[in-house]
Amino acid sequence: MSKLRIENVSRVFPGVRGGEPTRALEPTNLSVEDNDFITILGPSGCGKSTLLRIVAGLDQPTTGSVLLDGEAVRDPGPDRGMVFQSYTLFPWLTVRENICFGLREKNVPDKQQAEIAAHFINQVGLKGFENHFPKQLSGGMQQRTALARALANDPKIMLLDEPFGALDNQTRALMQELLLGIWEQHKKTVLFVTHDIDEAIFMANRVLVMTARPGKVKCDIAIDLPHPRHYTMKTTPEFAAYKARLTEEIRVEAIRSAQAEH
Amino acid sequence: MFDPLKPVSPGRRTALGILFFVVFFAAWGVVTYGGIVPPLFLADPVKAARAGIELFTKYNFIGDVGITIWRVVGGFLIAAVFAVPLGILMGAFKSIEAFFEPFISFARYLPASAFIPLLILWAGVGEAQKLSVIIIGSFFQIVLMVAVIVGGSRIDLVEASKTLGAKRAGIVLRVLLPGAAPQIAETLRLVLGWAWTYVIVAELIGAQSGIGHMIMDSQRLLDTGQMIFGIFVIGVIGLVSDFLFKQANARLYPWYFIK
Repeated sequence: MSKLRIENVSRVFPGVRGGEPTRALEPTNLSVEDNDFITILGPSGCGKSTLLRIVAGLDQPTTGSVLLDGEAVRDPGPDRGMVFQSYTLFPWLTVRENICFGLREKNVPDKQQAEIAAHFINQVGLKGFENHFPKQLSGGMQQRTALARALANDPKIMLLDEPFGALDNQTRALMQELLLGIWEQHKKTVLFVTHDIDEAIFMANRVLVMTARPGKVKCDIAIDLPHPRHYTMKTTPEFAAYKARLTEEIRVEAIRSAQAEH
Repeated sequence: MFDPLKPVSPGRRTALGILFFVVFFAAWGVVTYGGIVPPLFLADPVKAARAGIELFTKYNFIGDVGITIWRVVGGFLIAAVFAVPLGILMGAFKSIEAFFEPFISFARYLPASAFIPLLILWAGVGEAQKLSVIIIGSFFQIVLMVAVIVGGSRIDLVEASKTLGAKRAGIVLRVLLPGAAPQIAETLRLVLGWAWTYVIVAELIGAQSGIGHMIMDSQRLLDTGQMIFGIFVIGVIGLVSDFLFKQANARLYPWYFIK
């Protein structure tokens, strides 16, 4: 049985002030297997974030349903860890307290909280910054904390909404390797939204390309590159071949999306 | 020197701040000693200072100051204890806001001082009446300001907390409240300042003690020195309480003051 099933999920946003309703997402189907790392690639405004928010339970689908381990998703919950593009650490909590937030909501004993926090602080390379407030951290460090915060809850699936989108290129590349390393170790199931083609290929075992608005899945491409992956992989001919194909797929959609705006 | 928004060095800031006081006292001296304003209407600085010493040594003014501080703090605390939770609930839950907001917006514009005759009728001229004036003056303001602050909380933080397993109570107590706390404290600081104006008004009418009562008494004797000194003391207390409030906030919410 699939880990996550997205069945016929669509989303129509009601029109603003009597305007036309916006069809953000056409009926979409997707089966995610255990340990899948799926990247969802699409031009901006294609509904890929909407899809992720529906899986998270932060938005309700107009039609269809989302099943996690066979159970319907209605509300947000700790079984689906999310990392957002914007910085969403709690500014009044230190790095460690942020990572413990979900554990505290679950009433995990303090001692156990401290152990889990220490483990993930180590894993994302934030040792020595446990007592810093988010404002004292760089963007990359904040997103690493957000990642640790989501992982600390031991979710069934990780949902990442362009988590590295606001970071500079170098930091972004390092974060990709960090996340991939964590995935290779923990074998989490991951849904990762991005508009960056390199990122989509490098991270994934499956890339889903979405069409311009109204978004739907255009193609589902298996990425058959070995693990563990190293950044040098981005210069191999195999990688280049995937990139050429995806660039073509996404270019058509970007053009359509640009035309639709005029 | 006049570059928009350019920061000023701490030393210069202090010097400029002190400079104004110097200018102020100099101007006061000029108009009084220069005979521009007759002493009947405005005492000179030295006379005001002497009147102040006299107030403390002969007329037990410290007792008046104490009772006034007690009234302000007492009334303000009673108002805050009820107003802050209500404001948080209104900010967090839109139906609670819809229920209370129209009335409180209306009540906010009822001037506290206009209630004084009614309150004397209801509560006499004792402490209950003084406290009531301050409570009426502070309560509605605090409720509305806190509701606006909490209502303006970052929705992305609320969403993040939901994906981490926070439910209703967790969201209110561990996301909305800590996020809004520094601004709520700032609001309380502001309203405490307003409470000072209400207490003086309350003490001008039907009081046997307090700074306002002393000022009223001095007016009967045309002692402008005492009146000015009384007003001056209120300013000093305000400055001190403001300073203490700011220090407490910086200590309680260090994260908020990180640049």
